[in-house]
Amino acid sequence: MNVLAEPSLPPALETAAMWSDSEVAGAGIEVHDVPLVSVGGGIGSFVTVDYLRIAGGLTPVDIRVLSRQRRAWQAYKHLATVSQIPRRGRIRSDASSRPDNIWGFPSYAWQEAIRDWNPGPVFQVLVEPVLADYYTPRLQDVVDSLDREARRIGYDEMLVLGNVEVVRKRLGGGYFTVLRPECAGSPRDGRPPAAPVVYRSRDVHLAVGYPGLRFLPDLQRFRERHDFHHVVNAYEDHEHIYQALRRRPGTVLVRGAGIVASQVLERLIRDRREGGSATRILHLFRTYVADTHGPHMWARRHGKDGFAYQGFNYPKSVWGGQLRARMHDLEGPERVRAYEEIEGTTTPWRQHWQNQLDRARQEGWYQSLNGVIGDLTWEQGAVVARLDRPDEPHSAALVRADYVIDCTGLIGEVEEHHVLRDLLEHGGAARNPLGRLDVDQRFRLRGAENGDGRVYVTGAAAYGGYFPGVDTFLGLQIAAQEIVDDLAERRHCRYFGPLRSFAEWLKWLTGRQI
Amino acid sequence: MVPTLSGRIQTRLFLLAVIGWPLTMLVTPLLPLAGPMPDRYRATLVVLAAVAVLGVGWELLYHLLMQWRWEKDWPTLFGLVTLLPEGLLVWLLGSRAMLPGLTAPLDLAAFAIHFVLVWLATWLVANGPMRVVYVRWRFRGGRLL
Ligand SMILES: Cc1cc2nc3c(=O)[nH]c(=O)nc-3n(C[C@H](O)[C@H](O)[C@H](O)COP(=O)(O)OP(=O)(O)OC[C@H]3O[C@@H](n4cnc5c(N)ncnc54)[C@H](O)[C@@H]3O)c2cc1C
Repeated sequence: MNVLAEPSLPPALETAAMWSDSEVAGAGIEVHDVPLVSVGGGIGSFVTVDYLRIAGGLTPVDIRVLSRQRRAWQAYKHLATVSQIPRRGRIRSDASSRPDNIWGFPSYAWQEAIRDWNPGPVFQVLVEPVLADYYTPRLQDVVDSLDREARRIGYDEMLVLGNVEVVRKRLGGGYFTVLRPECAGSPRDGRPPAAPVVYRSRDVHLAVGYPGLRFLPDLQRFRERHDFHHVVNAYEDHEHIYQALRRRPGTVLVRGAGIVASQVLERLIRDRREGGSATRILHLFRTYVADTHGPHMWARRHGKDGFAYQGFNYPKSVWGGQLRARMHDLEGPERVRAYEEIEGTTTPWRQHWQNQLDRARQEGWYQSLNGVIGDLTWEQGAVVARLDRPDEPHSAALVRADYVIDCTGLIGEVEEHHVLRDLLEHGGAARNPLGRLDVDQRFRLRGAENGDGRVYVTGAAAYGGYFPGVDTFLGLQIAAQEIVDDLAERRHCRYFGPLRSFAEWLKWLTGRQI
Repeated sequence: MVPTLSGRIQTRLFLLAVIGWPLTMLVTPLLPLAGPMPDRYRATLVVLAAVAVLGVGWELLYHLLMQWRWEKDWPTLFGLVTLLPEGLLVWLLGSRAMLPGLTAPLDLAAFAIHFVLVWLATWLVANGPMRVVYVRWRFRGGRLL
């Protein structure tokens, strides 16, 4: 797909890696000047802009957020909700991972304790994870807190709705970011698509999230041959499966061992308990983890019943502890090895999940399987999965189910996103050892610097760099801190010292607009 | 904050100096201690110094123990309960007047009140207010330098 195939960008611009002011003016494209644009408008843009406003002292006129969504939490909340975190449900990250508060204090646990007049959450943080599971905030509280902070920093004043098509270097330094504005009508209304506009900026920040959902080949083949209804990715809306199972008993094959699989299991079990469904669950593990595992005594992760257990997406020391320090200057194969050590799908240990599954096993309606799906077919009104099993290499097992819920994830490949791919093709960007975009310790995209201008990349596209935690709330904040410190060193914003930090925190606490 | 080794040591020394020292200066006259004021201050300041100096050794041990944890983290609770072995060691040394600078054995009640107060205050500050002022501290494993 050629993203520049829309009629309005002249071919000369489409192919040139560097654009001049006069070329852009000559093409008749409207130009807006702003020091910094953030492309994406998700959580990554939000925390970066929040940091720039609070710590960097920039004003709303210094920043434009170019996004397809009005609220920073929309993409995240959508994925979290369809993957079965209910509105009142709890997310994965901890009390002080607060995308709405750069200090992480007071934590979500304090907020919840004070609001509900119940010391439970604070006590839980005190004893986690030794005597209790990790405290994690409720999804809705996270969303509400982001809305509050958005109002406080004037987020809407900085927001421009539309689809970003490309970021190209500008002759003389800085960048042009091409945006096709939303709202001005779509081809379906019979109106021509809105003319693109260009943001001319010194710096660009990119946090564009995941390009799409991952459909493994077996799943894709099934969906091409049969339907989209019986075999789904857990990150797409699949409420119809739960509804159908409430009406008629059935068997579900759940694939995957991460937190999404745990959440899907919780939903299926809750529907059995509260909704009266009689679902049988087959749970397929590609790598069945039976026990605590790891290469040596200082690198052992807890595991049991197929699952590998870990509180958060990464070992906790990734966000500032020893793992972050260790990876801070690992290059090439060494870095890949370090990633391999911490990789592997994990889910948190939550006592109520353990109890639910124990009961399900005892009552015989939950069964775990070890293997890989070789093929999925539709036979006599059911999905039939042919399993290749590592323990018995020459015997494939056939498993019948009414539905398959695949919990294996999202696509992170950068070439799937047109802006990122364009940066690889025209922007001088290169890949890191894990294939994503190569950023330095300050999240500057290597090869994309232009005169006084820099491109910063955070979120999934920067995974594989010196900082593995970059695609999490707290990781995005760590990255934002590095970016703002870099801008301060480049003398484009203020340095954030202890006194101002305290003063700004007081404003946050009292909800003062900045 | 998930500490690195140098972060642990820096944080300990910093908090003992910035929180522990003023607190000690404030509470010493109120502690159930006998004798002239300079002697009382000597007793409490020696304890504070012992917590700092012995603490470097303790931090090495904690860092070693932390290596058995997959997450390489140090739960909040650990930061609190390590009060017991550390307090005990300082007490054992202090009650036998084996801490350099002590002229007489420590008094148990005064020591316990002072030690627990300082410990709680530094622990509380480390678990929140610290990051309000030093916004980079928690992302650098507790390092301040
Ligand atoms: C189900 C789920 C649960 C998670 N739970 C946690 C958790 O508990 N704790 C935690 O710390 N992290 C969690 N994460 C990770 C966290 O959500 C991400 O780190 C974070 O959302 C990444 O922010 P982002 O801005 O990079 O991407 P997003 O928040 O996805 O936002 C990207 C935005 O960019 C927009 N965009 C993309 N391309 C363009 C374009 N060309 N033009 C304009 N806009 C564009 C998209 O529309 C989207 O709005 C979770 C992720 C998922 C999927």
